[in-house]
Amino acid sequence: MAAELETHDYDVLIVGAGGAGLRAAIAAREAGLRTAIICKSLFGKAHTVMAEGGIAASMGNVNSHDSWQVHFRDTMRGGKFLNSWRMAELHAKEAPDRVWELETYGALFDRTPDGRISQRNFGGHEYPRLAHVGDRTGLELIRTMQQKIVSLQQDDQRESGDPEARLKVFAEVTITDLLQDETGTIAGAFGYFRESGRFVRFNAPAVVLATGGIGKSFKVTSNSWEYTGDGHALALRAGSTLVNMEFIQFHPTGMVWPPSVKGILVTESVRGDGGVLKNSEGKRFMFDYVPDVFRGQYAQTEEEGDRWYTDPDNNKRPPELLPRDEVARAINSEVKAGRGSPHGGVFLDIASRRSPEEILKKLPSMHHQFKELADVDITQEAMEVGPTCHYVMGGVEVDPDTAAAARVPGLFAAGEVSGGMHGSNRLGGNSLSDLLVFGARAGAGAAAYVRGLGDARPIVPQSALDEAATTALAPFEEEGGENPYTLHQEMQQTMNDLVGIIRKAEEIEAALTKLEELKERAKHLTVEGHRQFNPGWHLALDLRNMLAVSECVARAALLRQESRGGHTRDDYPKMDASWRGRNLICSTEGDGIRVEEQPMPPMRGDLLDLFQRDELAKYLTPEELAAVGATGGATEATDGSGS
Amino acid sequence: MSYDAKFRVWRGDASGGELVDYTVEVNDGEVVLDIIHRLQATQSGDLAVRWNCKAGKCGSCSAEVNGIPRLMCMTRMSTFTETETVTVTPMRAFPVIRDLVTDVSFNYEKARQIPAFAPPEGVARGEYRMQQVDVERSQEFRKCIECFLCQNTCHVVRDHEENKEAFAGPRFLIRAAELDMHPLDARDDRADFARDEQGIGMCNITKCCTEVCPEHIRITDNGIIPMKERVVGKRYDPLVWLGNKIGRRKP
Repeated sequence: MAAELETHDYDVLIVGAGGAGLRAAIAAREAGLRTAIICKSLFGKAHTVMAEGGIAASMGNVNSHDSWQVHFRDTMRGGKFLNSWRMAELHAKEAPDRVWELETYGALFDRTPDGRISQRNFGGHEYPRLAHVGDRTGLELIRTMQQKIVSLQQDDQRESGDPEARLKVFAEVTITDLLQDETGTIAGAFGYFRESGRFVRFNAPAVVLATGGIGKSFKVTSNSWEYTGDGHALALRAGSTLVNMEFIQFHPTGMVWPPSVKGILVTESVRGDGGVLKNSEGKRFMFDYVPDVFRGQYAQTEEEGDRWYTDPDNNKRPPELLPRDEVARAINSEVKAGRGSPHGGVFLDIASRRSPEEILKKLPSMHHQFKELADVDITQEAMEVGPTCHYVMGGVEVDPDTAAAARVPGLFAAGEVSGGMHGSNRLGGNSLSDLLVFGARAGAGAAAYVRGLGDARPIVPQSALDEAATTALAPFEEEGGENPYTLHQEMQQTMNDLVGIIRKAEEIEAALTKLEELKERAKHLTVEGHRQFNPGWHLALDLRNMLAVSECVARAALLRQESRGGHTRDDYPKMDASWRGRNLICSTEGDGIRVEEQPMPPMRGDLLDLFQRDELAKYLTPEELAAVGATGGATEATDGSGS
Repeated sequence: MSYDAKFRVWRGDASGGELVDYTVEVNDGEVVLDIIHRLQATQSGDLAVRWNCKAGKCGSCSAEVNGIPRLMCMTRMSTFTETETVTVTPMRAFPVIRDLVTDVSFNYEKARQIPAFAPPEGVARGEYRMQQVDVERSQEFRKCIECFLCQNTCHVVRDHEENKEAFAGPRFLIRAAELDMHPLDARDDRADFARDEQGIGMCNITKCCTEVCPEHIRITDNGIIPMKERVVGKRYDPLVWLGNKIGRRKP
């Protein structure tokens, strides 16, 4: 088998071709290294294209009060102070440069009247901060970087006659295992071409995981089929660790009808541009759901909320723009209380608040989506919406500065597959900026690591290759085993019902029992047909990743006895300051997952000073607050904006 | 609210294949891609199909439904009667890999031939200034989700494999137009490239591409025709020609 195995040698292997992967590839190639990009789909189809709202960056083009400090503060508040503060700091500082850089690649953002990049309001962001292109920002980002990669290939063509001399895209390839030497150092990756089913081996001393999220473990999700937690599981199996896995973002507004599109995203921009949430009684219920930590930062009357759209300096924003976890929980409560819409959601109304022309200009793809998929004209009637699994805050534990993964030399991670940046809840718009900032850092981090190795290259034992091939072919060997589609559906239903938006101990325990059963059954899968473009086989291989990741989510969720951001426990409904300073770290142990507590490093003093002391008191324990000292924590907000 | 529909799906690979009949459940509100997925999950686990977002944003699930190039995720079952047989075949202009999956690498080769955006010299990062009205023309073309339905339907290549070498196809003609209309692109030879390298002259504006575009981009009217006019203006206007000849005008 080894003799026939197609093998490629690179310096840096990027697994994933969404925003983070492409940005990492650009950075690694610009550092002069031979770089390969692995795409699970066709080039340019990654899930990033689904991002609608925009890229958060404090350029201050629309409101000049904005600065990285304000962005940092919003991000920490959104994540309920559980974020890796160093990542949040780097992110807030570097996002504007990463956005401006896209313009030099050819991106065309919407403009302000004076010709700068326009910025829109979004939940949890104090100022209009999201660079956008209508409601198709993710597509613009992917296409721009796709075209930048083509332009780098054109440079290589001119220099060497070979466009793929230093940067090559392998489309429709799935990585099934990372390859390591005997000390556990990364040596490359093993996978297969979807088209032919043939195996392929990549030798590379640095691997950047940029595989996105895990949404396909849940039944109702805005995520595409690719979101099977591959990178999360690859990192686990290689001996690295995952952090924050209990925190899953349920986007408050997914489509709820018709059933076949249930879960598809309705952008937050609908609310940013004036849309409001109403229950079956026609009431704007969000005013009843402003939690204590945010009281004082949001409007208390509809009149004030409405004035804010045109006069944000003198009014507070409407509570429809609270962070996503708050809005999702509120919708859940309204539906539970019997005030939902006919198909089990609530109403999102922009038709009665903006003119058809404005709606068509600002939200063209939403109009298109509802018209085509639900036969609803959003300029005339309200949409029905409800929570949908959207994003996993948790992911590979990384070094903030270099994106190096914990415990495994040569492994890096960026974008949704990495953890820490968003804490317990991500703000809208912070995902596209995250993947640009840390994609670039991961590419640079990997390049620096490879340079540091000199000529040394880790060696993979033959047994590892044989094992990877045997595991991948197992579903063809067994007859009369389980159907992977059936197992997948059972797992999705379990996660949705028992480890979903509202959790309690008995239900999570029931989910863990079910996951154990599914894990056993998944050892005996049977797929029909042959290896050429066989979706049944692909799903069979993805299943073990989804099962591992689901177990992480459930085990961490069971351990964290409080409610915070994307983790709501019915049996522990309050946020508990004693839990704030603790991360839950997942690693593999035998056939299962082990979860341990790990204390978080205390935040640097100058960053603490960006918050008023009474706000810190909402998150820190009395002991932590005392340790901040009499001088730490500002008595006044430093940028003069108040709250 | 469900019924059993008759489906005919093309099954096969590069060596050949045939239409296979299926009877499959259809529920309220479903689209063709849902039905293909149900076939996979219940009757034919290895039925090959590309898809990603299932929301008309990624352009992966292109196929021909009853002979019309469409995204399967945006083709609602309610557009057919319950007794109608729905026939799903792969895009015809590209070689079949398996079942509904085709080899679309032609498009990626054409994409790589177009000179990239050329940043304006001396304009620092963060200093780009453009007016909304000026970027909107190019933005229309940047809505393209690269489903390649326009490439598939364009008769210049659909029935003429031999034209593929010389003709870039509608998707890449609007890429050239997009760069030509980009307010800050530093190159001024986009129209020449469209003429000399992309074969824009082979397009005879039947507008089939515009008709099948799921993003409703006015490919012909807003992209190809203005580019053709630029070609004509630059190359065949007698005054411009004279100006070029006597060296008064930069070609």
